[in-house]
Amino acid sequence: MALPHVNAVVIGSGAGGGVAAKELAEAGLSVVLLERGRWQTAFDYRKDDLQNQRTTQLGPAFGPHDLKKNPRVRVDDNGNARVVYANGWDYQNNAMCVGGGTLSYGAMAWRFMEQDFRMRSTYGDVENSTLADWPISYDDLEPFYEKAEWEIGVSGDDSGNPFKAPRKKALPMPALPHSRECEILKPAALRLGLHPFDIPMLRNTVPFNERPACMRCRWCVGFACECNAKCGTQNTVIPKALATGNCELRTECLAKEVVIDDRGRAKAVAYFDENDRLQEQPCDLVVVSCSAIESARLLLNSKSKLFPEGLGNRSDWVGRNLQGHSYCGAMGLFDEDVYDDLGPGAQIAICDYNHGNPGMKTGAMLANEFIRLPIQFAESNYVGVKRWGIDHKNYMRTMFRRTIRVMGPVQEIPVFDARVSVDPAVKDFWGIPVARLSGSKHPHCVEVSYYIAERAEAWLKEAGAIQTWRQPSGMGLSGGQHQAGTCRMGDDPATSVVNRNGQIHDCDNVFVADGSLHVTNGGFNPVLTILANAYRISDYITREWKGSKFR
Amino acid sequence: MSKPRRLGRRTFLQIAATVSAGGSILACKEPVTVWKFFTPEEIATLDAVCERIIPADDYPGASWAGVVNYIDRKVTYVFQDKQSQYRKGLAGVNDTSQALFEADFTALSAEQQDSVLETLSSGKAPGEAWKTQSPSSFFNLVISHAMQGFYGDPRHGGNKDFISWRMLGIPHPPVRARRPAAPVA
Repeated sequence: MALPHVNAVVIGSGAGGGVAAKELAEAGLSVVLLERGRWQTAFDYRKDDLQNQRTTQLGPAFGPHDLKKNPRVRVDDNGNARVVYANGWDYQNNAMCVGGGTLSYGAMAWRFMEQDFRMRSTYGDVENSTLADWPISYDDLEPFYEKAEWEIGVSGDDSGNPFKAPRKKALPMPALPHSRECEILKPAALRLGLHPFDIPMLRNTVPFNERPACMRCRWCVGFACECNAKCGTQNTVIPKALATGNCELRTECLAKEVVIDDRGRAKAVAYFDENDRLQEQPCDLVVVSCSAIESARLLLNSKSKLFPEGLGNRSDWVGRNLQGHSYCGAMGLFDEDVYDDLGPGAQIAICDYNHGNPGMKTGAMLANEFIRLPIQFAESNYVGVKRWGIDHKNYMRTMFRRTIRVMGPVQEIPVFDARVSVDPAVKDFWGIPVARLSGSKHPHCVEVSYYIAERAEAWLKEAGAIQTWRQPSGMGLSGGQHQAGTCRMGDDPATSVVNRNGQIHDCDNVFVADGSLHVTNGGFNPVLTILANAYRISDYITREWKGSKFR
Repeated sequence: MSKPRRLGRRTFLQIAATVSAGGSILACKEPVTVWKFFTPEEIATLDAVCERIIPADDYPGASWAGVVNYIDRKVTYVFQDKQSQYRKGLAGVNDTSQALFEADFTALSAEQQDSVLETLSSGKAPGEAWKTQSPSSFFNLVISHAMQGFYGDPRHGGNKDFISWRMLGIPHPPVRARRPAAPVA
């Protein structure tokens, strides 16, 4: 039995899809929002140190829950392919639930800097890279950054950051009171002539949008917020979308493909429902927002007569340029307790090293790290201590409360061969070819990571660290929760997948609205940019929408 | 080695009835275990290995914290695929222990136990079991499970009485609600 026709199907309810569903539904379009995961809350896996999105020893709490049903394939540098599951790092998992990554993220809310939109113009050609400018500028995105900050809710105070792009309106909520780490790091940064400030975060610090303020527990990054102070799409725009009466959220529904008609336009989305039955939802337009890996997989699996290599893949750019961040930094040991058990932990940042690093073509923001869990610290081996025995126990006792980590996400130089393809042999539980991840980082990112790690070390030393350890980045492919780049936005169909409005070049009723469209991913956590772009693309769709038809 | 039998409610009642009625000594052909997966002998070996991974000093170690309880529960649940590794590996620990010191692992001194574990860690340990399994990867598996059982959440059977969190001096049980902290003066 065919399902009744709707105007729009939005696939994925994370940062991009949640915003798109709300904007389209409020504009009067009938919307079906498909989400492969469940609608979860903080009470599903309540403050479980071994089962959340950051420490996954017993599995990722916020999806995918059935590891065996959702494999991926990872190809190493020697060309050996192996099947990987979501509890392993190689899987590059984000999340699969209503709200996507925004249910359990750390919630840093960065606006990219002006240079981040024109990396090619700023730094010129980079060998073995597809480095390019964005087709839009910061100014195009500025009003939508502001909308995201006010509709989803951002706290913090970036007035002390002279490197930031101009903002028209201040953030809606103040920063949290400073933690002990912050009190130690801030004066040290000032002594070094740096410019520390309070990180903008998608987290209530005062009651806002009818939800309470943060209670500052340590189960923060990787967890759903027990007091609902963290602002994701699941507790902001998605409830608003549903309240319009125009949006139906269907959970545990996994999209199989975008169905294309003989004229090359999308006519429906085929998906497996919560009972694993294949359904086809007819529609006027489709918004793809499954995050970089799964969006690329969906387009590549959407093969049709006119798009035999996958939707939007005429130039073989779908799935290319997969990038996250080259994380690096340093840890410092202090001769006093620096741990105060106050979440979210990350609080103070500097943008002095995002651009203009001598002889380098990229950089990173540096910030103190999110609050740690004992198991995280026990399993990490930052200092090369013996992994067992009394030495390890002493390491836990002396270091857990006396160390500060300063970390930064180095903006990656995109690489054409760092990519998502679909595996020719391995299929998931539903018989859909799985994502196959291959390639590695650009070596320059690793070079820069050594430089940034040194800067982090210098900051810690100035703050009084008696011993420090640098943590540069490795060459391994990155993606994970910051995954981006696989459906590049651009003006030239030969070197991009979607146009500046997020519209697939060859198929005007299919849009992409997630990190996939990022040309470059900033030296920052990317979520606010994903939210802002989703507002911008939705704005275009609703302006072009002509009542019963699209265009 | 015979397959361990779980002590079900019915069996327990039968045994209880037998014991109380006859007062006779229980004669069981199969080893009876209160554990979900391991035999009592395996548990003793595993417990001794974990205690060397997280030894007691002025704070309790893995043994007191119930790390084997965590592993026994998880190996019948999310870590089912590790069952044969454990069965073979724990036998291998005793093989190596016999080869080096002519005694089972549990009978060794702490120093001797550490040198057995160092041998496993080196990847070249004597013993029948290590012909089909890497001793170092088995030991790494036990290390990570021991860390989870000791530093993880007590709800999973380890970290008894939040002992590791007490040791680190961090709030336990989990904070459920509190006012935001006042600004630092």
